[in-house]
Amino acid sequence: MENPYVPFLMRIEEIIVETEDENIKTFELSFVGKADEERFVYTPGQFAEISVFGKGEAPFGMASTPTRPGRLAFSVSKIGVVTGELHRMEKGDVVGVRGPLGNGYPLESFKTKSLVLVGGGFGFSTLRSLTNFILHDSSRKDYGHLTVIYGARRPGLLLYKRDLEHWRERADLQLHLTVDKGENGWQGHVGFVPDVTRAVAPNPRNAYAVVCGPPAMIHFTLPVLKELGFGDENIFLSLEMRMKCGIGKCGRCNVGSKYICRDGPVFSQQELSRLTTEAHMQEGCTGHGARCTEKHR
Amino acid sequence: MSSPSKILRKVRLASFLERLIQERQVFAPVREGEVILIREIESPSQVVLEYPNAKESPKSVLFPQRETLFWYRAEKGKAEVDIPRDKEQGRVLFGIRPCDARGLLLLDKVFGGDCRDPYYVGKRANTVVVSLGCDDPNPSCFCLSMGGGPCSKEGSDLFLLDVGDRYVAEGVNEKSAALLADETFEKLDEETAALAEKVKRASGASMHPVVLKEKLVEQLERLFNDPVWKDLTESCLGCGICTYLCPTCHCFDLCDEAAGTTGERIRVWDSCQFPLFTQQASGFNPRPTVKERFRQRIMHKFSYLPETQTMPGCVGCGRCVTECPVNLDIREVVTSLSKGNAR
Repeated sequence: MENPYVPFLMRIEEIIVETEDENIKTFELSFVGKADEERFVYTPGQFAEISVFGKGEAPFGMASTPTRPGRLAFSVSKIGVVTGELHRMEKGDVVGVRGPLGNGYPLESFKTKSLVLVGGGFGFSTLRSLTNFILHDSSRKDYGHLTVIYGARRPGLLLYKRDLEHWRERADLQLHLTVDKGENGWQGHVGFVPDVTRAVAPNPRNAYAVVCGPPAMIHFTLPVLKELGFGDENIFLSLEMRMKCGIGKCGRCNVGSKYICRDGPVFSQQELSRLTTEAHMQEGCTGHGARCTEKHR
Repeated sequence: MSSPSKILRKVRLASFLERLIQERQVFAPVREGEVILIREIESPSQVVLEYPNAKESPKSVLFPQRETLFWYRAEKGKAEVDIPRDKEQGRVLFGIRPCDARGLLLLDKVFGGDCRDPYYVGKRANTVVVSLGCDDPNPSCFCLSMGGGPCSKEGSDLFLLDVGDRYVAEGVNEKSAALLADETFEKLDEETAALAEKVKRASGASMHPVVLKEKLVEQLERLFNDPVWKDLTESCLGCGICTYLCPTCHCFDLCDEAAGTTGERIRVWDSCQFPLFTQQASGFNPRPTVKERFRQRIMHKFSYLPETQTMPGCVGCGRCVTECPVNLDIREVVTSLSKGNAR
């Protein structure tokens, strides 16, 4: 019998300091056991529990794309016990990874459609995964027009700078970066994500919107999408609750009749509107970061 | 397939249990100080079968309060994990009450299902549940209101009914066959069978449904944001004893216990009544007060679980009623809510 509580062992291959405050690092991991790699079949939007042995586990969305086999990437914000220890770890160290968990983005529904991905701050990790997945040669033809809107408080807090450079050069992707507050040298747009969305979102016909970011961003972006004509069934969000088991048993992330970890974390706005009002509180907290789900020391 | 009913004479119970203990781990009601608890027994003389119900539910036999999921050794640049192996020896959960046996059905659904929990499922498959019908229910009992009954056989493999100097033993499924094959069991005679029917009727009649729940799910949905929850929970201390004692509550935490470079990942019971249960690292807590946490307990038991698992997360054992330090009575809460009593 498969044991869903036992993690795969993974080695840290690379650590990328993402933000100028050094609070967010991306960990590139490889499987210690070759057979484990074949068992870990995931899609963008799914997540995993990372174990730091002796400290415990915390959930993170995969920031990598399955089109690049052999490596998993997780972006980790330093905030609690597990993430604090992760940030002290070095290349070559071994961690545990349990997953893939959750449902991921509905890739089948997205096929042939236009997509607008709206991300803010640290919640961008699984949207990075989705973007790189769609941009891959093997899948780009399956999807329509792709618009990516990504905002941060300041330029120094934008993640994945190498990817952003690469995406900017692609003709088959409209990238719109924005910051709340410009700094010296910032040539890009200054403004809030909802306003950018209003200005650049594609025609809602045959289009889906995926939203992932901090509470305020989501709160103000959803009405904009609605105003533009996106139906609730065409807006997807990735929710977050404190999680432990990741397999719908421990009870922690139960909201209404759903378990965020097992039935989500990705839900359409339509599904959410059927859940209890408690679910709407969760909308404010998305992006699978330990920022939200890990316990304080 | 159910086996035919048999007779187990009380004078022969000790020798039967003696043989069981030789072959299996036997868990049964024993007296510890003032209370009855379900414990592993070493001798038949420890077993107490004339008891209203055990202070704690028997869930800990299959879902221990603290359980090792794996051991690890982690050093610089390497780590290894070692999983505990199941005991080969079978187990018997002997003499538990029908409400608690029904409670196992909910745990079966939660820990079974699409993603099986090997720790629970392994122990459950290896355990024969022998329940004992109730002929004298407690005043706090309300199993009938939750779809069970003092002689419900749901969740048991072998059902015993006390009919005076003997028990009538009904095999509920094939798991009971090995036990019923013991020489102790005698053929059931007509007189004893009639007596058993009489006892069953009497025990059912001694209880009345006390909880109205016809429109409960509907009302719970309607009342989700009603201030009534504030009123209902005015006295709640958030101590969590209700969830600790509940035969169906199963929420847990996973954490590491480290000693240098080695340690273990453990699973421990947790409770939706505790503030840290949902508190996130940002400090945000979707259930910041007793009101939201109590509502979650009621909603989970009487709305979400009936929808997802086709049974409520309550079997009417009454433990939370008797042990609540401020006398918050779930029967009154559910009755009031099902009547749609908003503030």
